[in-house]
Order: sequence, then structure tokens, then C-alpha cells
Amino acid sequence: MTDAVTSTLSVPRRPAPHHATGPLHWMHFHLFNGTHNIVLTLLIGWALIMVVPDVLTWAVLDAVWSGPGSACRSASGACWAIVAEKYRLILFGTYPFEEHWRATIAMVIIIALTIFSAFERFWSYRLFATWIVALGIVLTLMFGGVFGLVPVGTYQWGGLPLTLLIFFGAVVGGLPAAVLLALGRRSELPVIKALCVGTIEIVRGVPLITVLFMASLMLPLFMPEGVTIDKLLRAQLGMIVFFAAYAAEIVRGGLQAIPYGQTEAANAIGLTYWQRTRRIILPQALRIVIPPLVNDIIRAFKNTTFVSIVGLFDVLGATSAAIQDPEWIRYAPEAYLFIFALYFVFCFSMSKYSESVERKLSTGRNF
Amino acid sequence: MNQESEKSGSMIELRDVNKWFGDFHVLRDINLMVRRGERVVVCGPSGSGKSTMIRCINRLEVHQEGIIIVDGTELTDDLRKVELVRQEVGMVFQNFNLFPHMTVMENLMVGPTLVKGMPAREAEEQALALLARVRIPEQARKFPGQLSGGQQQRVAIARALMMKPKVMLFDEPTSALDPEMISEVLDTMVELAADGMTMIVVTHEMGFAREVADLMVFMDDGEIIETAAPDAFFANPKSERTKLFLSQILSH
Amino acid sequence: MSVPAVRARRRAPPHRPPVKLQDLWHSASFRAIALQGLVIVLVIGAGAFMIDNAMVALAKRGISTGFAFLNKEAGFPVGESLIPFNSEDTYLLAYAAAILNTLKVAAFAVVLATLIGTLIGIARLSDNWIVARLAAAYVELFRNTPQLLQIVFWYTLITLLPHPRQAWNPIGDVFLSKRGLALPWPEAHPAWWWMFAAVTGALVVAVWLGRRAAHQRRMGIRTRISGPWLASLVVGAPIVVWLIAGAPTATSVPAMSTFNIRGGATLSPEFIALLLGLSLYIAAFIAEIVRAGIQSVPRGQIEAARAIGLSRSHLYRKVILPQALRVMVPPATAQYVSTIKNSSLGVVIGYPELFNVSNTIITISGNTIEAIVIMMAVYLTISFTIAALMNWYNHTIRIRER
Repeated sequence: MTDAVTSTLSVPRRPAPHHATGPLHWMHFHLFNGTHNIVLTLLIGWALIMVVPDVLTWAVLDAVWSGPGSACRSASGACWAIVAEKYRLILFGTYPFEEHWRATIAMVIIIALTIFSAFERFWSYRLFATWIVALGIVLTLMFGGVFGLVPVGTYQWGGLPLTLLIFFGAVVGGLPAAVLLALGRRSELPVIKALCVGTIEIVRGVPLITVLFMASLMLPLFMPEGVTIDKLLRAQLGMIVFFAAYAAEIVRGGLQAIPYGQTEAANAIGLTYWQRTRRIILPQALRIVIPPLVNDIIRAFKNTTFVSIVGLFDVLGATSAAIQDPEWIRYAPEAYLFIFALYFVFCFSMSKYSESVERKLSTGRNF
Repeated sequence: MNQESEKSGSMIELRDVNKWFGDFHVLRDINLMVRRGERVVVCGPSGSGKSTMIRCINRLEVHQEGIIIVDGTELTDDLRKVELVRQEVGMVFQNFNLFPHMTVMENLMVGPTLVKGMPAREAEEQALALLARVRIPEQARKFPGQLSGGQQQRVAIARALMMKPKVMLFDEPTSALDPEMISEVLDTMVELAADGMTMIVVTHEMGFAREVADLMVFMDDGEIIETAAPDAFFANPKSERTKLFLSQILSH
Repeated sequence: MSVPAVRARRRAPPHRPPVKLQDLWHSASFRAIALQGLVIVLVIGAGAFMIDNAMVALAKRGISTGFAFLNKEAGFPVGESLIPFNSEDTYLLAYAAAILNTLKVAAFAVVLATLIGTLIGIARLSDNWIVARLAAAYVELFRNTPQLLQIVFWYTLITLLPHPRQAWNPIGDVFLSKRGLALPWPEAHPAWWWMFAAVTGALVVAVWLGRRAAHQRRMGIRTRISGPWLASLVVGAPIVVWLIAGAPTATSVPAMSTFNIRGGATLSPEFIALLLGLSLYIAAFIAEIVRAGIQSVPRGQIEAARAIGLSRSHLYRKVILPQALRVMVPPATAQYVSTIKNSSLGVVIGYPELFNVSNTIITISGNTIEAIVIMMAVYLTISFTIAALMNWYNHTIRIRER
């Protein structure tokens, strides 16, 4: 008979009780939640307490930051003086000292253009044309011989400019090749398809060293007498071919994801194969595969170290050569740690960028 | 366009057309003639080859035997003829197939500017006029993904009309639409028919067929089973299979 | 109104009609054939041109061509080898030793990387904040630095270790010095090879029996074969063989002698550095693959399993792992293949794997092209074999749909 009791006052909102928030609660929930976690946290905490102070002492407190090799020998900490001593060699290789400014400008151009290319609203075929122009400018700067610049042969190029140049060249040269290979692999003409499949599978099935090796050793053999190809160019060709083969598979994945209806609609309107591929298919396909492509690009950056094996002095090659100095050779690990940090900064930033692109693409547009 | 077709008034002719997918015989001895200004509705169960047949008309599919003539041009391996035919035949797909990375305007303009070399300004004017004709001029700068299904299909119709085709082919244009949007597309098609466009429509919408069609074609299992004017077709189907199909389709 | 009088029969496809000459250029099929013909001519032409140049160049240097050089005496030693090899053995045997070295370091690297990577991948998903952060730090650190640099770094560290005379002696009879890691090792005895064969054979039989048993259980047939039964088979078989062979226990123990450490087995610095550089790098990628695989199992399934009341271990074994594995296998296989190919980086630190030895053979014999062809053939065979195995595995475990 009585109506259900309905309160006319709603329950007011209150802040969470003390024991559910605050740093103590956080620690309990994230660090000490359950016996196994308590044990783990304590163990790790103990290990860190044992190790970290010693590492810090070695790396910072007792470290020697400058001076000759003898200063390092009498100290017990890290010898960062080797970096202070050798950094020009590490960063520029044997590029002439007075011309370092040219190499620096070249590096700035490459880095700036890479950052510029990261913004989606600049993506277009015109951006690609800009890459090619930039490459030309970089090469002119490095080579010299025109505009009053002192000529510097490629055998003197080294260090970070060389690493960036090989990286940039591999991507700029490899991407269009990758697109062509991917399109060829999907072609209905059996000869073209077989050639593309063969190239892709063979290059992907052998180590990068082999590809570089073939480019460096076998290419001269296959050229007529008296024709020599620059050593840097040979290595660059090898890197381009390798990058193209892997990127081709990624692009092919993107092409496969485009519904066949797009091709049908384009054909119904009367577009030719190349009109349809350029305007309709590729823009959609490439956009889809940007995250894996960026991962491939990061890998191309790490792969630049391979050219040190065929006698070029990229950052790794230059460092290995620089530490051969008998006065400094026992402090080689510090020099390597320095370039570890260098590579890490580049690769980590690119990988963070790739993650942000992935996030944006998965939540964003409708297609 | 040649004089022979002007005289006979035939727009599309299929003579003894046969098509195979590999070893599978999917179109068997198709014979069909569509006159200028005629509206043909093709119906039949799924897998009967309806879509394949109309795709042969603009060479999206290739027939192995028989002759297909579109406005006097025979469809063969010859690329010039294929180009010619594609410019005269417009197609609207079940899944709209709009280009998602382009705006509505760009979708409409890409055909005339690239294929016919039309200057951009002229193409733009034409596009706006067509968008008005399909009743969605305000959507010009939007992307297809921002439009409803019915609006997208109307954009697709406008895109096909941009090429000033003489024939329009419709492949189940409303099958992918939510029910409340079917009528807006059908209304557009009815208006198009009233303007005198030659049309071949593959559809299950029998109401539309009754209203608009001059000829009903029933296909099953790769053959044309029966062709008739709509009244005779619905009231008095001759073949058993036609009767079965009509009873299934009209029962709901 | 019309109904066709005669119904069309089904027929076979016709032969191609003859091509009319005058419209040839615009014919789609003609263009296709012409283009392909042109491509063939270009490729063959370029190939012939290049090979001709190579023959001339090689003839000029007096180098013979052909694979007969494989039977010639090698004339160089191979640093370490699983099979006995000295400089009087043939090039062919040198290749065999090199390939075995490659497989050895790759196999250990793959196993090590999988163990470490799986642990770290699971740690990444831990609800313990420190554990998860440390695992993430590992992954970021090792993924974002070049593998070659890592290998060179480990090698440099090892070369800076003390001389064997002042070797580190962490426990028992284990010595670490700049000459490598010396461990106690059983003395060579045929019994060990038999045991190895027994374990491999038992594993194959166990896998086959296990799948048959799983299938039988699904069909409702009772069977006694189960996990513990199979495990005891795999463990018991080598033990039985060991007993039959007379239970050999002789071990060689490393001990300090005047200038060096003698006895036991030594892992060379090259091997250790390459192993570390390969496995720690790949482990970071495996960790990410494992994490992605586990996270790919839809949350709804985990909730449903918990709602049924499955214990945590059952949840993992029956619901999460089988599905996660399907997602993990293809990218993991790619990483394994990559490991085998990157073992070629051993050339930088002097580990005598396939690439290194090929290099030496080229320098000494001059048969550049043949040696590179052999090397590529070996790598391609390995890559394709693993790819084929993975495809077969994927096919057998695929989730069958209608």
C-alpha cells in the first residue's frame, strides 16, 4: 500500500576517501599488490640499490671529462676524455677540418627535412620532389668543386654526415623503387610479376651484408674495363636495393587493403592504369601503411652501420677507426657508449613519432 | 556513334555473349537489345550473372564469345574502343565506390579533368550543377566519409553523370543502403529516367521497376530466362523459374 | 515478351580468336605481350653484357671459373669449428664448418632470445610498476640502437677482460678472461651424440603423439597419453641411452696452467660477443611480439573465462596462449630468420661463420662469383625452409571457419 520510498535529496558527490588515493595508495596498488609483487619489488629495489650508486660513481663522479690519456689511467672512473679528444673524428670522419661547416649544413638540411616530412599536411608528391632537390643540394655541399667550394672526394666523407646521407639516400631512392616493385608484383603480366617477385624474395632472403658485398665486389666485375663506380655509390645502391625490397612488401600490403571497387570505379570513369594508380590507389595505400613504413625507415637508419663493413667511415666505422690510437684504445667502451646515445636519440624519436602516427590513424579519419 | 545505330535506335546490343571464369561458364548465350531512351530492369537470384553481364558492357569484365555493341562501337580488345565506350557508359555501384581521400567536388571533377582534359573551372561549374540536380549542393566540400549512405550514392550518380554518358548502368544501387535512405536514391533515378536517360538497372526494388521500367529481364544461372514489359512480367510470368523468383521476392 | 526457345548448355571455354593485324597496336593483349617481350630482351641483354664483362675480367686475372675449386686445398685455418678442420682440408669442408658455425650461433641465439624475450614481454604486462617500466626500458634501449654496434661493444668489453692468468673465477671451475669463457665439459664420448639423437627423436615422437592424443580427446576417444607422460618420454629416452652406454661421467675441467687455462670447453670471445649481440637485440623484438600477442586476445574472452571460473593457469594455458601463439608465430619466425641472416655480422669480429669464411675463400681463391652464389644459395635455402615450415605450421593451426 505504501509507495516505495524515493528520496527527494540526491546523494551528493564526495571526494574519494583517503585510503583510495594518494601516493601510499598508488605504491600499494602498483608495487606491493600481492605477495609475488612484494617480493619482486623488494628484490629489484635491493638490486638497484646495489648497482646504481656504483654505476653513477663510475660514470659521473669519478669520471674524467677531458685531458690526455694519462689522466684517465690514473683515475678509476669513466674516461669521457676520449670523446672530448676524438669527437671530431667520430662525428665527421676524415672530412677536412676547415670544411666541416659544409657537412654541418648538409646534416641540418637532412634533419630539418625529415622533421618537416613528419607533418601530415605536407604529404604529397611535391614533398617527394623536395626530397630529391634537397639530396642534390646536400651532395653539392659535400662534393664541392663548384661555387668556389673546395672539392672533397667521397673517400674523405665520414661520420654523421655520411650516416645521414646514406640513410636519406636509401629512403629517397628506395621508396619509389619499392612502389614500382610492389605494383609489379601485383601485375597481371607474368614476366613482370615473376621479375618483381624474384627480386623481392631474393633480396629479402639474404643478409644485408651480402647485398652490400655484391654491390661492392661484384659490380666492378660486371662493368666493362675501365669503368669504375665510386665506392660510396656502390654501397648506396646496395642500401637502396635492400630497403626497396622490404618496403615493397609493406606497400604491397597496403595495396591489397584497398577494395577492388576503387579500381572498378576508376575504370568505369575511364582513368588509365597510371592515372588510377597515382591518383586513387597509391594515396590511399601509402597512408594505410605509414606505421610499418616508418619502422622500416628506422631500421634503415640502424642499417647504415653496415657500410662500415665495406670500408666506409660512417659513425660506427669512424669510431672504430678513431679508437685504434694506442693511447686511448682501452677506453673504447666509453666512445661506443657515446655513439650508442647518439643512435638512441635518433631512433627513439623516430619510434615515438611512429607510435603517435599509429594512434592518430587508428582513431582518426573514416577510411 | 554510327548511322546504323541511329537508324535502328539501338543503344546496347548483346549477341550470343558467353563468358567463363576459368572453366566456369557464367554467362550463357546472352541476347539483349536496349533501345535509346529505354529503361531496362534486370532481376534474378544472386549468382545469376546479372552484375557480370552489365560489367561486360563497360568492359569491367571481358567476354570470351559473342558481340557487344554500345552505341555502334563494338567492344573488343582494341583499347581505343574500350575508352570510347567507357566515356559513353556511366556506372553506379552497390558500394558507391567513392574515393574516400578526395572531397565530393574532387570525386566529381577527377573524371572530366583527367580523361577529357576539361579545364578545372568548367568542371567545377558542371559539378555544382549536377550536385544541385541530385539535391545535395551543400555537401560539395565534404569528404564521402562524412555523408550518409543515401547522400554518398547520389554523389556517385552525379560522378557518373559528369562524363555525360549516354547510358547509365546501376548495379544494385540501393542494396547497401539503410531502408530510410532507399527512397531518396530511387527518386533520383526516377527523375533521371524522366529526363530520357537510357538505363539498365540491376535491382530487387520491384516497386521502382513497376514505375519506371520499359522492359523487365529475368536472369538465372547465367542465362536470360524471360524478358517482358512490366505489366505482363508481373501479372503473367511464363517460366516456372520466374514464377518461383517472383513469389519469393514479392512475398514480404 | 520472349522466352528463348532453346536453353543454352554449359560448355568449355573457347580457344583464342585470331588477332587482326591492323588494330594490333591498340590491342590490350598485344601490348601486354610486347611489353613483356621488351622486358625479357632488356633483362637478358643486360645480363649477357654483365656476364661477358665478368668473364673478360676474370680471364685477365687468370682465375678459372666453375665449381671445381671446391675440391682444392683450402690453405687457411678456421678459427673454431664443430667438425675437425685444418688448412689441408678442402674448400668444401671449409664451407661445411662455416655453415655449422652459423647454425650453432644462430640456434643458441634464437633459444636465448626467445627465453629472454618472452620473460620481458610478460614483464611488460605486469601490474608491478617497476617491473613493467624496467622491461619497457630494456626494449627501448636494445631496439633503438644498431645491432652491429651492440656486437662490437660486447666484443670490445671482452677483449678488455684480464689475461687468462688473472682470469675471473666467479664459481667453481668457470673462468672468464679475454680468451673466452672456460667451462667444465663432458669428455668426448659417442654416448653424448646418441643422447642428442635420442632427445631429438623423442621430441618428434612426443609432438606427433601429443597431437594425435589431442585430436582423439576432441573426438571423445579415451587415451592415456598426456602431458606428463610425454615429458617423461622426452626426459627418459636420453637417460636410458646414457645408462646403456655405460653411464660415462668423465668431465674435462678447466684449470689454470702456466700461461693459459687448459681443459674444459671454451666459448670463444667471438662466439660470446656474437651470441650476446644477436640474442639481446632480438629479445627486445620478441618481447614486443609476445606482448602484442597476449594483448591481441579479446578482453571479452578473458572475462568470459573468469566468469566460468577458470583458474589463472588454466586461463593462460587454454584460452590466452593458444590464441596469442597464432598471432605471435609469423612475426617471431621473421625475427628468427633475421637472426640467422644477421649471424653474418660475425665477420666484423672474426667469428668464422658463413660470410666470413666465404670472404676468405674469395680472397684466396679469387672465385668471387661462385663463392657469392654458394653463399646466397645457402642463406636463401635456410630462409625459404623456415618460411615453408612456418606456412605449414600456420596452416595446421588455423582457426577453421565456415
